[in-house]
Amino acid sequence: MIELRNICKTFILGDEEVRAVNNVDLIVEKGEYLTIMGPSGSGKSTLLNLIALLDRPTSGEYRFDGRDVTALSDDELAETRRDGIGFIFQSFHLIARLTASQNVELPLTLAGIKPSIRNDAVANALHGTGLTDRARHRPQELSGGERQRVAIARAIVMNPPLILADEPTGNLDTASGSQVVELLERLRSENGVTLIVVTHDNALGSRAPRQIKIVDGSIAQDLRP
Amino acid sequence: MRYRDVLSLSLGALASNWQRTGLIALATTIGVSSVLLLTALGEGANRYVLGQFESLGTNLLIVLPGRSETVGGPPPLLGETPRDLTVDDAYALVAHSSITRVAPVIVGTAPVSIAAGLEREVTILGTTKELLGIQRLELEKGVFLPAGDPRRAASVCVLGFELAAELFAGNVAVGKWVRVGNRRFRVVGTLANSGVTVGVDFNDIAIIPVASAAALFNRESLFRILVEAASENDLAQGESAIHRLIAARHEGEDDVTVIAQDAVVATLDRVLTTLTIGVGTIAAISLAVAGVLIMNVMLVSVTQRRAEIGLMKALGARLSDIRRLFLVEALLLALIGAIAGLAVGIAGSSAVATIYPEFPIAIPRWSFVVAVTVAMICGIVFGVLPARRAAALDPIDALSKH
Repeated sequence: MIELRNICKTFILGDEEVRAVNNVDLIVEKGEYLTIMGPSGSGKSTLLNLIALLDRPTSGEYRFDGRDVTALSDDELAETRRDGIGFIFQSFHLIARLTASQNVELPLTLAGIKPSIRNDAVANALHGTGLTDRARHRPQELSGGERQRVAIARAIVMNPPLILADEPTGNLDTASGSQVVELLERLRSENGVTLIVVTHDNALGSRAPRQIKIVDGSIAQDLRP
Repeated sequence: MRYRDVLSLSLGALASNWQRTGLIALATTIGVSSVLLLTALGEGANRYVLGQFESLGTNLLIVLPGRSETVGGPPPLLGETPRDLTVDDAYALVAHSSITRVAPVIVGTAPVSIAAGLEREVTILGTTKELLGIQRLELEKGVFLPAGDPRRAASVCVLGFELAAELFAGNVAVGKWVRVGNRRFRVVGTLANSGVTVGVDFNDIAIIPVASAAALFNRESLFRILVEAASENDLAQGESAIHRLIAARHEGEDDVTVIAQDAVVATLDRVLTTLTIGVGTIAAISLAVAGVLIMNVMLVSVTQRRAEIGLMKALGARLSDIRRLFLVEALLLALIGAIAGLAVGIAGSSAVATIYPEFPIAIPRWSFVVAVTVAMICGIVFGVLPARRAAALDPIDALSKH
């Protein structure tokens, strides 16, 4: 699913060159569930952005689903993200003026899919996340847990093989946080998607069978089952 | 993305910020409606003036004594007139087939009074009965000057509407006597209220036979001759006939100037159309200002919606999708303003038409096209920069700064 070889990412800060990701090799198989942990500033967010195709590595090779994606154009990257990756963010990133179902529909809309097909997919995604009766609500009428579930429905609506979650419980209380995590895990086991969760919360991090620790831009530990 | 989705997403963004949308649309509305209204006023003035001239008759040729060397220039005011134009000259013109009738005119001013002692200095027009038809005058009461030999100095007169009303204070003027200069004239008719006319004010005038005027002012020469051609097509032929006939009578000297009403009207039409375009252009500048406002607001909007733009890019929106979304938004702003501006412009123009029914205000057709086109072009031109900036946003930055 994901093959990172010798991936480096450097930023220029003033006169200094900062190496945020340093020679990372990582292979993630289809259907795996792993967490990436590390203190803030460790480079885990940069690594996630690289995996998410939101950022380009300075050097190294990245194969996504068997395809070399290091040389793709912006639009090709956008299409790969659209079809291949579901995103879940710490602060949900729902569009306030759109209803829950319209938010979920957004990736389908951007992909230019027919409205009739979109309606079915949105209904399925909302059903799968238990939000059918919340479809017409706007984000501000929903609780934090519900908002994150809308974001999850949006992440799975295109049936991507990979779901990336960046601190998915960071803005939630413990109860709704664990609901969200259980939902993510259930969706993974039901659909066989690859799930990568980035967190600095040890309790959340230790739930996954495979746990990776990042320190100073390098993989310090790769715990496998 | 599908066009319908682009449209509904952009509409949604506009609707969610309706105050901003309304204010910006208002700027475009003012621009579009002022283009329409100002050009409508210009067009109205144009029609008004042309209408006035047409009421004088479009087959009209005016013969002035003296030769003006500059084509289309004003008639010589103080220039020497080699030979006087006479009543005989005027009637000689009728001989030509392209000319139906003529009215010799002598103009001067003289005090007009009645027995009761009211006296006023008034424009006196000495002419013949043909003037009634040539100038399309209407009588309120009585008859116009009598037919017959124009050399006969009959003591009759026709008074303008206002003059009659002032002298006789609303009583019947026909049949009464007035004194013009040192002569007495019997009032045989009064003119109907003609409103305002270009040139001579027929409301405040006394019309007497041309021979009487010649005697009154002690002058045989005519001020001008009004000539009516048989049709508009005969104007050119009539003009050359006048030059030929006058030259034959003036010992080979072609010493008159002929002005075609047509030429005057055409010149005025050009002047007024230029004026309308000029005024419309000034109004179009306010549309450009509206365009700058649209750009400003769209740029602010891009900054405010960084997170949304970043999210869309993360979810797979291509650069062209983002550009299109913001461009369509700017275009919709311009379109809403244009439609509202059309409504306001049309409403304003019909309000003027209701308040001043005699003023023929009309929005010219080209003005609709120009106003809407300029508004839409402003939307596109000033929408491009914000759209490009939105598309250039880095999704990581946009998402993280939230």
